[in-house]
Amino acid sequence: MSKKKYGFTLISVLLVLALVAVGCTPKEESGSSEGSVFRMNLATEPPSLDPAQVQDQVSATVVNGLYEGLTRKDEKGDVVPAVAKEWKISDDGKTYTFTIRDDAKWSNGDAVTAGDFEYAWKRALDPNLKPAASAYAYQLYYIKNAEAYNTGADGVTADDVAVKAIDEHTLQVELNSPTPYFLGLMSFTVFYPVHQSAKENEAWATDVSTMITNGPFTMSEWKKNNSITIAKNDNYYAKDDIKLSKVVFSEVNDSNTELSMYQTGELDYAGMPTGLIPNEQFPTLKANNPDEFKVQGSASIYYYLFNTTQKPYTNEKIRQALSMAISRQDIVDNVTKGGQIPAYGIVPPGIKGEKDDYRTEHPDSSYFKEDIEQAKTLLAEGLKEEGLTAMPTVKVTYNTNELHQAVAEAIAEMWSKNLGIKTEVSKQEWGVFLDNRNHLNYDVARGGWGADYDDPMTFIDLFSSKSGNNNTGFANPEYDALIKEAYSTDDQAKRMEAMSKAEEMVVGTRAIMPIYYYSTVYMIKPGFKGIFIDYKGDIDYNRGYKEAK
Amino acid sequence: MNEHTLQPSDFEKLSQEEKKGETVVRESISAWKDAWLRLQTNRMAMISLYILAFIVLVAIFGQWIAHQFTGNDFSTNDLKATNQAPSGDHWFGTDGLGRDMFARTWMGAGISLQVGIYAAIVDLIVGVIMGGIMGYFGGKVDEILNRICEILYSIPSLLIVILLIVVMEPSMFTIILALSITGWINMAWIVRGQIMQLKNQEYVLAARALGANPVRIMFKHLVPNAMGPIIVTITMTVPNAIFAEAFLSFLGLGVQSPAASLGTLINDAIKAMTVFPWRMLYPAILLSLTMLCFNIFGDGLRDALDPKMKK
Amino acid sequence: MVRYILQKLLFMLVSIFVLASATFFLMKAIPGNPFQSEKNIPPAIQERLNEAYGLNDPLGVQYLHYMNNLIHFDLGMSMKQQYVTVVDIIKTGFIYSLQIGIFAIIVAIAAGVLFGLIAALNHRKFLDGFTILLAVLGVSIPSFVVAPFLQYVFGVKLRWFDVAGLNDVTDFIMPVLALSFLPAAFIARLVRSSMLEVLSADYMKTARAKGLSGRVILVRHALRNAILPVVTYIGPMTANIITGSVVIEQIFGIGGLGKFFVNSITNRDYTLIMGLTLFYAIILMLARFLTDIAYGFVDPRIKLTRKGG
Repeated sequence: MSKKKYGFTLISVLLVLALVAVGCTPKEESGSSEGSVFRMNLATEPPSLDPAQVQDQVSATVVNGLYEGLTRKDEKGDVVPAVAKEWKISDDGKTYTFTIRDDAKWSNGDAVTAGDFEYAWKRALDPNLKPAASAYAYQLYYIKNAEAYNTGADGVTADDVAVKAIDEHTLQVELNSPTPYFLGLMSFTVFYPVHQSAKENEAWATDVSTMITNGPFTMSEWKKNNSITIAKNDNYYAKDDIKLSKVVFSEVNDSNTELSMYQTGELDYAGMPTGLIPNEQFPTLKANNPDEFKVQGSASIYYYLFNTTQKPYTNEKIRQALSMAISRQDIVDNVTKGGQIPAYGIVPPGIKGEKDDYRTEHPDSSYFKEDIEQAKTLLAEGLKEEGLTAMPTVKVTYNTNELHQAVAEAIAEMWSKNLGIKTEVSKQEWGVFLDNRNHLNYDVARGGWGADYDDPMTFIDLFSSKSGNNNTGFANPEYDALIKEAYSTDDQAKRMEAMSKAEEMVVGTRAIMPIYYYSTVYMIKPGFKGIFIDYKGDIDYNRGYKEAK
Repeated sequence: MNEHTLQPSDFEKLSQEEKKGETVVRESISAWKDAWLRLQTNRMAMISLYILAFIVLVAIFGQWIAHQFTGNDFSTNDLKATNQAPSGDHWFGTDGLGRDMFARTWMGAGISLQVGIYAAIVDLIVGVIMGGIMGYFGGKVDEILNRICEILYSIPSLLIVILLIVVMEPSMFTIILALSITGWINMAWIVRGQIMQLKNQEYVLAARALGANPVRIMFKHLVPNAMGPIIVTITMTVPNAIFAEAFLSFLGLGVQSPAASLGTLINDAIKAMTVFPWRMLYPAILLSLTMLCFNIFGDGLRDALDPKMKK
Repeated sequence: MVRYILQKLLFMLVSIFVLASATFFLMKAIPGNPFQSEKNIPPAIQERLNEAYGLNDPLGVQYLHYMNNLIHFDLGMSMKQQYVTVVDIIKTGFIYSLQIGIFAIIVAIAAGVLFGLIAALNHRKFLDGFTILLAVLGVSIPSFVVAPFLQYVFGVKLRWFDVAGLNDVTDFIMPVLALSFLPAAFIARLVRSSMLEVLSADYMKTARAKGLSGRVILVRHALRNAILPVVTYIGPMTANIITGSVVIEQIFGIGGLGKFFVNSITNRDYTLIMGLTLFYAIILMLARFLTDIAYGFVDPRIKLTRKGG
């Protein structure tokens, strides 16, 4: 064979090999014979599918289909029985006794027992958990001795943590203080059960074959960094309610591509919580696809923090002036365009209050109003108090993101137009930004917060002087007292009143400047029913189905 | 074959008329002028040069033009007029915050050109010095520096550039610095090669024999004679740096808004490409045109400076 | 020859050591940690996490520890994806990157040489101008404009190909095209100019004078010499394609290694940053090494004992 022929043959063989290697993976088609497939985008690879280790929305979105806790939330947001068929709460509100249903099974057929919950919760609290302690273990701190065990206090062992399997079907939990929203917490990932085979295999959550789950779905295929497929779990106790045969999660991290995939039918669902649709296309999409384009409020807030330890932001009047001199309506209408709601408080709508929605019971319009004239007066007074003749340049920092940038620039312009002050916006890389914010190394910084549980406390607690997330320097004994008051009682009326007072305080002194309450914007193909976004903006596809045309 | 036999007439004096044929009619021209003349015959390269000059001029005066004729500037928002199509008020339309795209596009062109030119200047200075040292001294010095260049050259530069920009605050300065970390190596190698060839030429030996110091020899004798390849490399460095900056913008590491480069403008517009195409159109055309002209002009320049290609 | 190769390999090891050290301290200079999020972790838990990943040790100790593992070919575990080794991430991701990368290189060389030849053989004619225009356009339009454009036209409007993913043979067409655009254009220009030079060289005239047929001259003499610059371009092309894959993989939703360039840094996944840097450095070095060797084969004038280069 001549040299030339050699080269040619080699290239041909290579080409054929490559084609074969590629061609081996068959294409995924939707609408198989039984049930239907639901395809959505996660954007990134979930860092962990171990319920104890989940700390982000991407992982939670998958884990919520794989596991089920003692209770779950229905479409209306009400707590309904799940793995626990019933429960009793002691009169002092501190002891919960759950009865596990008899037909609850793991995907391998084993029964789900009270012991599995005890094991899972203690595992999440284990300070020596491998490969690392659970980042969200503090969600279990409501349980007596949980915090002491998790933080490694002397003499406290796993046995002291007040969660106990009385028998196979009875789980008893003792809390530190009455916690009215405790039942709702059961649908939070860290409270999910874990199959005890995890004891023998630390890395069980990385492999499809070793993941034993108890939820409506179970792992079917995991192409690392590409896609995850979960399939209906035939051992799930309510398997007749589950109509989807498969859920396919892709991992495309580009909003344009995600939208294109939706438009060409490669996805059934696009947008938040885990994906993204380019916000500049919202108006067009809404006009062209009114049935598919959905906007729903979600219990998260977007705000700016003032560094209250830094002059001149130490001055309350200056902070008030800045907060009053912007037009939130303009921002949500013309910049973010996603149906967000202007915010004047820190607790978003959708959080349960005493009887109704907290925000309806305690409207935020009473806290303050935008008023440019008053803002000017306040600014002048504030500057005088600080002995300044003019406001120094305000530096607004945000983490690199097109939307944050647009909001920052819009606000900067409003301040300069309405108050005549100079503003400089500055993007920072995520980690650098967080570091600066944590160390109070900023003037004005972007912040965002989503609900951990369905109670205003998840937001109010943020600005207590003890909070690790209060990055404003705001510390007020009165505020702390109000929080303590709310924690000490389970009289909902009293709690809500105390929290509303606290909220008014943090917004009134403008330690933060609320901007808007987030919304979840998504598109879903016609025909899909029963797939909904819960109060905090998480997607629940478990009981979804596709209507036959 | 006829044999030519010498005749007495062969030895007659030349007439005055005949003598004139020996004088040089064309005055002698320097190599630079020669190159320039040759460049001028290259129509495409000259057109590119004019277009580049035009782009530079408009980039310089773009803000003034926008202000004079439409009263717009690059940073003023108008939330009531976002994403407008091109019109008399906004020649290139407006962006997502209602800012004038004409002013922004030309500001972007200015910043992109600056990034390109400054990066080229840094490469030039560092590259010529390092390459000069390597080429002139040779031996151990050359070997060590060459090894350093090789290590730098094997760096996956993108990762390091991202790391550097994250470590420092994002700004035009940072971007130029990050691009220059590995950018100068190519220049250094080209200068090194040239100097190695030139340093054994007679005129250099003569200069050395006369006791000229190395710095003088380098900048008086060597570098000017290596100028051809250096200039060609520069015309290639500028568009590469502009491209690299645009690429960093795509990763969100571009200049801080409200300032803009062509890269950040295109990146901002990509997400709305299908609904507001003009936002992407003008910056993209301008970027491509700049690149195109630099490339064609660079090619033309290389042909003009390389006598081998003389036709 | 053997001596040369050994020398080169030794030098590569030194380079890797220097590079690893520099990257290590550079990445540690960035504030932040792998566990950061909008919601801060309680300090006690943060402390435990730092402990578990050895982030509490003094920097020098961390460095020695890492280097020690590196000597034992242990790149460690990812700090973000639990129980996943860096080697696993690189392996699973690189399969995709390699596939589109190799296709792109083949397409770039094939198309580049072909277009370059066409242009050179039709020097100063229409086809020359046309190819050159195409080639110059190729290096003038950024891939992040080309890619979404291709995607929109062929994926969304014409529906010829899937918008994203790599599940089918046809799924390769758009990403490979977008990725090979720039190198193909560059190669076309290289081949054209070196071909023109070669065609006017004396030995070509000799060959023609010897009465060899046009095709033989073209293949045996001209092409072989004109292809030399392409061989030298293999190194830079590899670097180009690696960089380009960051954009292409993001836009076409391919789970290759490209996305980790940015992700690993954003996530402060220290072990992964190091792993990626070293992995790509080795690839680049090997590509350049092979270029050297290949050059020695193609061009008999080059002896592999020359210094530097």
